[in-house]
Amino acid sequence: MGRIVLDQVSKSFGEVEVIPPLDLTIEDGEFTVFVGPSGCGKSTLLRLIAGLEDSSGGHIRIDGADATNVPPAKRGLAMVFQSYALYPHMSVRKNIAFPLRMAKLDQVEIDRRVDGAAAVLNLGDYLDRRPGQLSGGQRQRVAIGRAIVREPAAFLFDEPLSNLDAALRVGMRLEISELHKRLQTTMVYVTHDQVEAMTMADKIVVLHAGRVEQVGSPLELYRAPRNTFVAGFIGSPKMNLLEGPEAAKHNARTIGTRPEHIAISETDGEWAGTVGVSEHLGSDTFFHVKCDAFPEPLTVRASGEMTVGYGAKVFLTPDPAHLHRFDEQGLRLE
Amino acid sequence: MARAATSQRKVLNTALAWAVGFLIFFPILWTILTSFKTEAQAIASPPIFLNFDWTLENYAVVQERSNYMRFLWNSIIIAGGSTILGTIIAIPAAWSMAFVPSKRTKDILLWMLSTKMLPAVGVLYPIYLLFIKMGLLDSRAGLVIVLMLINLPIIVWMLYTYFREIPGEILEAARMDGATLKDEILYVLTPMAIPGIASTLLLNFILAWNEAFWTLNLTAANAAPLTAFIASYSSPEGLFYAKLSAASTMAIAPILILGWFSQKQLVRGLTFGAVK
Repeated sequence: MGRIVLDQVSKSFGEVEVIPPLDLTIEDGEFTVFVGPSGCGKSTLLRLIAGLEDSSGGHIRIDGADATNVPPAKRGLAMVFQSYALYPHMSVRKNIAFPLRMAKLDQVEIDRRVDGAAAVLNLGDYLDRRPGQLSGGQRQRVAIGRAIVREPAAFLFDEPLSNLDAALRVGMRLEISELHKRLQTTMVYVTHDQVEAMTMADKIVVLHAGRVEQVGSPLELYRAPRNTFVAGFIGSPKMNLLEGPEAAKHNARTIGTRPEHIAISETDGEWAGTVGVSEHLGSDTFFHVKCDAFPEPLTVRASGEMTVGYGAKVFLTPDPAHLHRFDEQGLRLE
Repeated sequence: MARAATSQRKVLNTALAWAVGFLIFFPILWTILTSFKTEAQAIASPPIFLNFDWTLENYAVVQERSNYMRFLWNSIIIAGGSTILGTIIAIPAAWSMAFVPSKRTKDILLWMLSTKMLPAVGVLYPIYLLFIKMGLLDSRAGLVIVLMLINLPIIVWMLYTYFREIPGEILEAARMDGATLKDEILYVLTPMAIPGIASTLLLNFILAWNEAFWTLNLTAANAAPLTAFIASYSSPEGLFYAKLSAASTMAIAPILILGWFSQKQLVRGLTFGAVK
């Protein structure tokens, strides 16, 4: 079980309010990702749940019980840190066994659980090594192993992949998703990388300046961002957010259109422009097109087959079915 | 050209370092040499460097006149006891300053160090009276306490700088793993800081061993350590340089040997945090 409820939880450091009062429910077994730019308070929020920071107001309930003033050790949560935070003076076996030793389990049970975790994470051959003798990916697996042996109510991940190189990151991303499918335990995952958020989450919580901007499944957020911040943050490359007379035509302050929802043509279309830099990914090509109607260049996705040179004249046409409209406050208009 | 200049500089630097090293070591060397001279040769003018009649007579006399082992034992207990007691108190103090600092932590550290700036003699009278009241005069327990208090600021400072190098996330991980504060300090922080704690112990042992103000003023016969043993030879009955030197050599020998074997630890301890 691992249902976490935040009720008007807030956090201030001295005079500075990092997280204004916030409500959030994380359902049992759900993979929830907190995503946002750096400094948005996502790590602080995770640390509040963990108990590593005291909240300045509100209540945190874990499985119905008020955990607001419960020390981290007693919350039944396990955490995986960005820096792995392994105990450098202990072997991998002792690292993984540490929480069990603290829980005063008997040695037979400890060995059984450590061997079980090592088998799941392919760490069997490394149990007698020290963390210093392991690669980044292996260290991260040890950190995860140390978390799973406790059979916690929920796992908390604080940017666990950001110290790994790109190739390893994709692999570990899959491993963590796989682990979640197998264990069916609540996971709360903090990242600044919206690709990680999109690929792993059941539910994404987009945070900005300590506030929840939107909560929803990855596709809900992608298809119907509640405001311009979410629209610009979720999706890669970014949604084109356009202002001016063209937006006014659609009775909006801002209109948004994703790169894949713009048709590009050399002959005719709604907006005339000039091709700038093209990014060829093989399957797709992203064109950066400077249109006369807008100060900022637009990003357009086209098939990898299309070839238009630098400086070529093109015409863009947004797909009206996938046009997002936002008002003066940046809120979505339906 | 440039290469020649660099190597020339290297030679010069090395020579300079040796010269300074020799200058610092000279008094100790002279003491050791003097301890092997006769009293007459010890005060001869011009001084005799090596060309004298080597004798062990002074050591024999010193052995005969005083109970070296008792002084040595007192020194070990006082220096060791004050260092261990100080470290036990300083570990939690340094832990809190390094990992849960408050706005005043820096001030507290400076304030603690400022107590070292007060001349010891300034508090001699009150401490002496306290010692009489509490029956601690000329007791090893009393000296252990006083020397511990005197070195505590240094121990806390040294441990603080070591602990600051340990990533706080590891301690947080221990907390998440269910460790109590005691477990965290005992099983995670202390083992990780072993090199730092070892240098701290060593340096403070040496400081306490060499401490000569309180050990001389607060002891008479029972608790007197090696400092008192040396002092007893710089006596009003006349100048016996050779015997004084023999006593001094015997007093510093244990610590000199200890220091020699733990040079690496000591240097690391003294420069830790200064060089990255």
